[in-house]
Amino acid sequence: MGVAVENNEDFAQYAHPERLVSTQWVAEHRDDPGVVVVESDEDVLLYETGHVPGAVKIDWHTDLNRPDTRDYVDAEEFAELMARKGISRDTTIVVYGDKSNWWAAYALWVFELFGHPDVRLMNGGRDKWVAEGRELSTEKVVPERADYPVVERDDTPIRAYQEDVLAHLGEQPLIDVRSLPEYTGERTHMPDYPQEGTLRGGHIPTAASVPWARAAAEDATFRSREELEAIYRDEVGLSDDDDIIAYCRIGERSSHTWFVLKHLLGFERVRNYDGSWTEWGNSVRVPIVLGEEPGEVPGSAR
Amino acid sequence: MSGALPAQLEELVADFTAVPQEDKLELLLDFSRSLPALPDRLGEHPEELEQVVECQSPLFLTVEWEEGAVPGPGAPVRLFFSAPAEAPTTRGFASILHEGLDGLPAQEVLDVPDDLPERFGLTQLVSPLRMRGMSAMLARIKRRVRELQDD
Repeated sequence: MGVAVENNEDFAQYAHPERLVSTQWVAEHRDDPGVVVVESDEDVLLYETGHVPGAVKIDWHTDLNRPDTRDYVDAEEFAELMARKGISRDTTIVVYGDKSNWWAAYALWVFELFGHPDVRLMNGGRDKWVAEGRELSTEKVVPERADYPVVERDDTPIRAYQEDVLAHLGEQPLIDVRSLPEYTGERTHMPDYPQEGTLRGGHIPTAASVPWARAAAEDATFRSREELEAIYRDEVGLSDDDDIIAYCRIGERSSHTWFVLKHLLGFERVRNYDGSWTEWGNSVRVPIVLGEEPGEVPGSAR
Repeated sequence: MSGALPAQLEELVADFTAVPQEDKLELLLDFSRSLPALPDRLGEHPEELEQVVECQSPLFLTVEWEEGAVPGPGAPVRLFFSAPAEAPTTRGFASILHEGLDGLPAQEVLDVPDDLPERFGLTQLVSPLRMRGMSAMLARIKRRVRELQDD
């Protein structure tokens, strides 16, 4: 389903090269029938300042999150969103965004919750497109409405809830992808900044600290398979039959790591805990650990 | 807190609340474009960049007494901001605060209610998380005004 996969030898090293496209591929194929380019950013205004010509905007807050529940849109809402953006079930979606594709990876992950068959990430994201001096457009994109079926979201394979993480403790690996000061608990905020919504600093017991950015190169593209294997297999000790859960603060940075583990390194079982620290750090009767060591699961937590 | 706002700030709140929801982002974008550049003498000040836990954009801001003013609660203060082009929302917030607060007497800046960011009707559109950026900016402006007064 979808258009032909990019034949790019840089991507051949990864487990699922079909999940990536280059900026050059996007420049050549953005207008192809069956391709819709989606920009998804942290900054809600960035798209409006100029975007890949023809790209539509999908915002994590206003489009993908529900206003009334801390959850993602339901099947009907997703189908409506896709239809409005000109996306059908057999469309090849190419997502890109700011900040090394944090939010793009997050959007891609949400598309996968709904089982959209062909979603790809533009390697290097918005930063690389801009750095290469490629065309940006402020022209308003009005997609022709498409038909998109109502498909129920299936969270089980790639999304973890708090209770899943509790059951996971001490049994299977957890990856904390936040910055080190967030992991140690030294910081939940900067001077004069509110506490980013979290009461306590620290991390989930046993979680290994691997800041997401270690998977990204200077130009916002992904590091080589060899470099990624060195981090996640050699250093953290992940192995093929592990059941892995990644988390950050609200689930966006960990979507980036989720993408790396699942699609670039090919781990079969990887879930993103989108409740992340803003849920865990505020929850009653769940254990946390301070400091640089992963720590152990207290007896009472299990 | 629901105190009155200085007139120049009240006007901005009125502008934002008057435009329909779908045009608010456009208005914020206009503000982001009109943020004045830093005067050369302030340069880039990379050492002053403060960044919230990764998720927000670097912002430089400083507050000075109006040139020639005798420092005191009634003396006007000048505000200076800098934020990168790839952070238009941060620039937009900075620009609103610049237009709303620049040139006001120090005490009036300190008296601006802390719930100011909620009054622009942007929270739903921009997300509560992003609106914190503006709250943080206001808090830092006030902190700098207090530091000025203590000098």
